[in-house]
Amino acid sequence: MTLAGRLKAPGWSRAALSQPIGFLVALGVVVGVRALYGYDPLVDWDAIITVVLIALPLAFLVGIGCFDYWFRWASGAPTVPEDHSGHGARSWKDYFYVNTDHKVIGIQYIVTTFFFFIAGGLMAMVMRAELAQPGTQFVEPNTYNGLFSVHASLMIFLFIIPVFAGIANYVIPLMIGAPDMAFPRLNALSFWMLPTAGILMLASFFADGGAFATGWTAYAPLSTETPLGQTFFTIAVQFAGASSIATALNFLVTIITMRAPGMTFWRMPLLVWANFTTSLLVVIATPFIAGSQFFVLLDRSLGTNFFNVGANGDALMYQHVFWFYSHPAVYIMMLPGFGIVSEVISANARKPVFGYRMMAFSLMAIVVLGFTVWAHHMFVSGMFSWLRVPMMITTMLIAVPTGIKIFSWLATLWRGVIHLTTPMLFALGFITMFTLGGISGIMLAVIPVVIHVSDTYFVVAHIHYVLFGGSVFTIFAGIYHWFPKMTGRMYDESLGKLHFWLSFVFFNLTFGPMHLVGVDGMPRRVADYAEQFATMNVIISVSSFLFGLSFLVFLYNMVTSWRNGPKAAANPWRAHTLEWQVSSPPPIFNFDEVPTVVGGPYEYGVPGAVHGVFKEKRGAAVPAGGGGAPPPAE
Amino acid sequence: MKGHPLARMVLYSVIATIVGTVLVLVIDWFPTGASTAAGPIDRLYDVLLVPSVVIFVLVMTVVIYCAVKFRAKPGDLGDGAPIHGSTRLEIFWVTVPFIMVTALAVYGWVVLDDIEAKQPNTLIVGVRAQQFAWRFTYPDEGDLKTNQLVLPKDRPVEFRVTTNDVLHSFWVPQFRLKTDTVPGLTTKIRVTPNREGRYDVVCAELCGIGHSTMRQAVRVVAPGEYSAWSAQAKKQQKTVGGETPPEPE
Repeated sequence: MTLAGRLKAPGWSRAALSQPIGFLVALGVVVGVRALYGYDPLVDWDAIITVVLIALPLAFLVGIGCFDYWFRWASGAPTVPEDHSGHGARSWKDYFYVNTDHKVIGIQYIVTTFFFFIAGGLMAMVMRAELAQPGTQFVEPNTYNGLFSVHASLMIFLFIIPVFAGIANYVIPLMIGAPDMAFPRLNALSFWMLPTAGILMLASFFADGGAFATGWTAYAPLSTETPLGQTFFTIAVQFAGASSIATALNFLVTIITMRAPGMTFWRMPLLVWANFTTSLLVVIATPFIAGSQFFVLLDRSLGTNFFNVGANGDALMYQHVFWFYSHPAVYIMMLPGFGIVSEVISANARKPVFGYRMMAFSLMAIVVLGFTVWAHHMFVSGMFSWLRVPMMITTMLIAVPTGIKIFSWLATLWRGVIHLTTPMLFALGFITMFTLGGISGIMLAVIPVVIHVSDTYFVVAHIHYVLFGGSVFTIFAGIYHWFPKMTGRMYDESLGKLHFWLSFVFFNLTFGPMHLVGVDGMPRRVADYAEQFATMNVIISVSSFLFGLSFLVFLYNMVTSWRNGPKAAANPWRAHTLEWQVSSPPPIFNFDEVPTVVGGPYEYGVPGAVHGVFKEKRGAAVPAGGGGAPPPAE
Repeated sequence: MKGHPLARMVLYSVIATIVGTVLVLVIDWFPTGASTAAGPIDRLYDVLLVPSVVIFVLVMTVVIYCAVKFRAKPGDLGDGAPIHGSTRLEIFWVTVPFIMVTALAVYGWVVLDDIEAKQPNTLIVGVRAQQFAWRFTYPDEGDLKTNQLVLPKDRPVEFRVTTNDVLHSFWVPQFRLKTDTVPGLTTKIRVTPNREGRYDVVCAELCGIGHSTMRQAVRVVAPGEYSAWSAQAKKQQKTVGGETPPEPE
């Protein structure tokens, strides 16, 4: 293709060209407006960079080709007939372009989010190096504050939330017997907004005054007063949030309208239920964090006074709006994991999920209760004190639906035929570690205890038990479980088990002791601490380095197995759900023939029970889940 | 023979519960208590630990027992028992946790009311935070302004906390009590120090570059010593016209 042709066609050349154009537009807008108002100086770099941070990602999205079809349609130009050339990957290079295939997008999501997982993990390693001894050794306090802020932001907005969206993107359409997501082009746009958000966050380290250093919570008024790096966060959150909302809408429409014939709501696998409920949370809650960050951005750049007390602003309002999203966000980061665990446990224990309907109801209960507990993050914030007790009670009540899930998984194990595969180990590890995280969560609901332990390492321990021992363990379970489906190859089981045991042991050695130093009085988010905590901190640091190294086992396993692993059968786990009834990896449009669902998804042990059938042209129904010929042994 | 391994599982879990309970209660979790709130809060924490151990051990035991007892024999491609649920069991594990958390919430509420109760003869102390130091005023002592925080033992104190700039959090771990400082608001906490000594005032809310070093001292002294200190500080404030210097570390 000629250079001019490449610059016209969607892709990286046009994306590269879009960047200087976006920059010049932003520069022109700021200088032009300042000239109109007669402001001095005309060239204000803080203002220019703020607009550039919005313009460059948008220009990139246009350049890479996310909007081509819509622009053409909106401008009234004749639409190009869909030839499916942008659908499915024929070589690894296709993963670097806009693609509308949910399977390609799923893998794009997963690989991208793991990149940011590694980046955030390395930041944690630097922090633990700094904290190994009291005093300042490696990084200045300002850099340290930036490190934990970017670490948490990447882990939450660029890893846990979107990696679940990635796994669901790959698996959900297959599970419900659909050829793709409802809105494939929107799906592609959702994905491409993510790397821009992540790069904005990483780029903040190069901003004047360093990376944003107000934590992932970005409490006002600190966040409205800190240097330019904070702007990178407020804008990055908009892109990550928009991505999240668009994907959630896509999931809702897909799940509601595109289920295979016969798949009633009560025949949906629990992963589908989990993503349905998660998407409800995202659609309702995420606009609140978008709002909170827009307030901060406007306070910073346009001189509004949302949080400026001197001008009748309200500093506490930030926390109410922020947590109205960010508490439900905890369940956005957990419910999909619940779904994964249900799939993994039933397939590996060879048993129906115990109390299937209660499992779905408890997800809905968590969605509803999740919106009634936000102020438990604010028990010492100085808010009106009467709200504390009701929020304590609702928070503790969440233990009930969560307990239903834990006990139902245990009952699913009972009298099963348990295969301790790597995903199963991670699922069992999840149940035990998440129970611990739930227990410390109950403690963190009891106001008198919180008054002492809020903003201490006890909270750091709790969130890592919930988000690592909880969410990330389920992510690993999901990645191992669907690795054969996604790549068409098997991973190395021994390395997988080694990875599990190393993570399990060093996870506990790293985060377990944090409960102790927290209750003993060590505040969180500190670059330095009192001498009395030195011994514990060096233990935590050493464990955390070994914990970090355990990830290399996973990485090595994934890379080598993807390249050279043995070919995977269509259904290596002998599971009943529909995604296992097509080849590994699946055909480009998933199902050559639409399956018909005739039973529940987990009818293990029920003689002759099947989940779905393919009605072949001959007229004879072929079982599509269970009851068929047993596949080759593991 | 079916009941036998189950009985063993119950036995193991009882032993593990006892060992676990003893272990978590033996751990010295909290820093020295130096206020009347410390007793009830530490006790509440201990009470929370006991059901926590019971539940954690229960989950662990079932997981380990199932992983050992029901593990597939090599080459076993069979399925487990097709048990879809049990309404009785489900009602049980909805009801019991519900009762447990409700009871704990009520207990927590009682303790909360107890530690926040108004006391007679309260000493008012103003606390003003700014990046990255604490200042104190004693309206009861002729509006004494100082960088030192000195409190008489056994007299209830009400801290009225505010800030010059961003959020901070006023925390003395030995008192167990903490409140954020919020621009535009005055937040209050009540404390009755009951143990003489020198403790750290710690900032617990991220407040910027100097957050981790925003630590000062609080001294709890005998009432006589407190009067002497405040008289001395008032005199100094009058003659020098300035504030007393911060205490040497």
